[in-house]
Amino acid sequence: MSGRGRVSLFVTCVVDQLFPSAGLAMADVLEGLGYDVAFPPQQTCCGQPAFNSGYPNQAREVALQFLEVFRAAGHDADHIVVPSGSCTAMISHHFADLNLNPPRVWEFSQFLLEVARVEDVGARFDGVVTFHDSCHALRELHIKQGPRRLLGKVRGLTLKEMSIPEECCGFGGMFSVKFPEISQGMTRTKIASIVETGASAVVALDASCLMQLQGALRRDGHSVRTMHLAEVLASR
Amino acid sequence: MGRESVLARVRQALGRRPEPAPVPPPLATSLSTPKSDSAPQVLAELFAKNLESLAGKCVAVKEISQVAPLVASLLAGKTGVASNAAFLGECGITGLPNVQSGFTDREALRAACATADAGITSADYALADTGTLVMLSSQEEARLISLLPPSHIAVFPRARLLSGLDELLEKLPLPADQSSAMVLITGPSRTADIEQILVRGVHGPGEVQAIIVG
Amino acid sequence: METNIQQTVADPKLQLAIYTATGRLKDKRSESVGPDALPQYQELRNRANLLKRHAIENLDLYLEQFAANVEAHGGKVIFCDDGTQVADFVLGLAKERGARLIVKSKSMTTEEIDLNERLEHHQLESVETDLGEYILQLAHERPYHIVAPALHKTRYDVADIFTRRLGVEREEAIEKQTMLARRVLREKFLSADIGITGANFLVADSGAVVVVENEGNARLSMSVPKIHIVIAGIEKVIPRAQDLAVFLKLLARSATGQPLSVYTSFVSGPRRPGEIDGPDEFYVVLLDNGRTKLLADPEKRQSLFCIRCGACLNACPVYRKIGGHNYPWIYSGPIGAIITPQFHGFSEAGWLPFASSLCGACGEVCPVKIEIPKVLLALRREVNAAKPKSWEYRAFQVWAWVMRHPRGYQFLSRLAPRGAMQSLLPVRNVPPLAPKSFRQLWAEREKAKQARHGA
Repeated sequence: MSGRGRVSLFVTCVVDQLFPSAGLAMADVLEGLGYDVAFPPQQTCCGQPAFNSGYPNQAREVALQFLEVFRAAGHDADHIVVPSGSCTAMISHHFADLNLNPPRVWEFSQFLLEVARVEDVGARFDGVVTFHDSCHALRELHIKQGPRRLLGKVRGLTLKEMSIPEECCGFGGMFSVKFPEISQGMTRTKIASIVETGASAVVALDASCLMQLQGALRRDGHSVRTMHLAEVLASR
Repeated sequence: MGRESVLARVRQALGRRPEPAPVPPPLATSLSTPKSDSAPQVLAELFAKNLESLAGKCVAVKEISQVAPLVASLLAGKTGVASNAAFLGECGITGLPNVQSGFTDREALRAACATADAGITSADYALADTGTLVMLSSQEEARLISLLPPSHIAVFPRARLLSGLDELLEKLPLPADQSSAMVLITGPSRTADIEQILVRGVHGPGEVQAIIVG
Repeated sequence: METNIQQTVADPKLQLAIYTATGRLKDKRSESVGPDALPQYQELRNRANLLKRHAIENLDLYLEQFAANVEAHGGKVIFCDDGTQVADFVLGLAKERGARLIVKSKSMTTEEIDLNERLEHHQLESVETDLGEYILQLAHERPYHIVAPALHKTRYDVADIFTRRLGVEREEAIEKQTMLARRVLREKFLSADIGITGANFLVADSGAVVVVENEGNARLSMSVPKIHIVIAGIEKVIPRAQDLAVFLKLLARSATGQPLSVYTSFVSGPRRPGEIDGPDEFYVVLLDNGRTKLLADPEKRQSLFCIRCGACLNACPVYRKIGGHNYPWIYSGPIGAIITPQFHGFSEAGWLPFASSLCGACGEVCPVKIEIPKVLLALRREVNAAKPKSWEYRAFQVWAWVMRHPRGYQFLSRLAPRGAMQSLLPVRNVPPLAPKSFRQLWAEREKAKQARHGA
């Protein structure tokens, strides 16, 4: 058992399948701070896709899986850390709508600032980045300055604000599939603002936003990278 | 509606308890604008600042005797219709050349206002924090004088200044008891309906001039 | 519907017009409710929500109180089930009085029931007097935005419309266009028989109607003609005049960033003895038109709190992309998305609640704290529940089963085509799966760790 205790990772289905580097980076940072990191392997999803699409029964089924996994083997006695604002908000704000009682979960940046009480994780990243405020992190978890403070402590990093950091990236789950023109239109407005900053990377707390932005950036031939906050903080 | 009233009487006659009147949440006095800076001089300055930020104009004069010459110079030979406000009479405005007043007939008033260059009124109250004139329709103040002519001049004593809407509603919790029409006038008429470009005086007066006396 | 959205999104001039106009209103609002300008903003919102909730939950009693007070001041109240009854009343009164010309100020409620069309059918001229609405009336178009109805029109469009419909010389300067409208409409005001306005608030303890505007056309409509008719939805009731201290501080700021609109009128009946001018007759028409349906749903009746400020439209990234004409009803933006399906049912408007990324910007700016995202979700659930056999429902059932059975999930995870394999699939728009999933990488990492520390 290391110095600071044990944390359990709920990596989220998006990170598991599409952005595993964000999960690994998060684990690196947490281990670097002295935490033992556990990954309960029976985890799958928090149920948000079904909940947001208006299928509460299916969402509840999946949410139950989350609860079982994180109640087993004393996992929910640890801190549960999540590399996603929207999944954290789903659990902390909307499990109650499904008549479920969730354990406390922490979005990654919140965990660093409020539990680990650290702003400088010893990271180094040379370059200009801009930060995208994911909707659920911003409006449900009220996260705004926290990630910026963390980025402010990264050596070599310059943070440049885009003109519209709080505007939605256009993903919205099934919305991007059902209304692709609107979704893509929103994304294009967003990436214009990102590109305007001259940043080499756009950073966010949510991999689904990054995926949405990445698609459009690549399609339009921009060289701006998408990075999860954890990946920046794990950079040395 | 007849059905409702009959039933209501039936209920009453049978001694059915009438619905108790709903009790609204208490007024949030804690949310009222603080009145600490309510010295008349401060209010006058605040009023002027706020009205001017809306492209209105405001002049303060110490003596009543200064008002009539000031209004005359503002009119500069153009025509005006003045309301029957006693204060305007005191200021000698009704005696100015080119200024008609004393209308009690609606049609005659309307005809005069439709062609006059300026409407001259007093104000029942003025709100400092927004640069607002408060006018209640009465035998002294007609509605159309501050509305039809392209220019509006409002002359009122400094004592009628209030800090803001909160104070007004405290003084007049039931404006409907006073008048059929109360209007809060905050600057000149404006629109930005075409390309969001601001244009003043689209329907109401494009010029608002306040004169604070005292 | 779909192709119009495509067109709108692909039209760069329209996109620019919508984005800049809403952007300006959004920024102005933001400044005017900031901590320096209005430090009690959040408390005022809470209070406004409380007052609206109380008024709506006691709507029957407040409507009665309101009507009694209107009548005590010499006015008349007419309750109407729907637009037909409203039109019948107006037509009946116009006929009795020999009225020919009506001047109208901006009222979404009258647009909701197509009042002008109904009146024109009976040879009554009903002229819109708000500048934006007047332009649209000439162009036979409906409003694009609750507060800025003609935001999609350029000065050149306006020049076209005026030349064509008024027969005047072409004029492209905005100020001159405005003054032209002023001249034309001034004549209408002075000769109109009836003035029709909407109402922002119906004040129960006063029997009064509050109308908020910047141009002065509502004041003219209610003060020049001999008859003033107010047409308002029943949900506009607030308990006391003093409650305006809360609502008026929020309304203009939320709509346009002004501390107060230019004119706030508080009228409670025809002119009283001694008053020199004002109408002889005063009518308040209270419209249901389906509002009682919304009222019956405890979870969604908060949709009736709306004070029509338009802030949610300006904040909504979807509205800012598709504009007002791609919404099926007169109310657009997030508020339109939640009330349209409730008023008109799902066959027409069932798609609307899904045309949202649930970003929550709307709920954040609503001055009366309607939980718009929550209502959108409730509507999504209802729409889905009405079609349980859809392929999407079945797909989510399968998806839920997989997520509930980690072995199944892990099996599929190992099986899924990744990298080069995935690009061979004929499916587009599926994001690229990582070459190895996190759980796979984690397992490898743990194995490597164990190996390092000696098995």
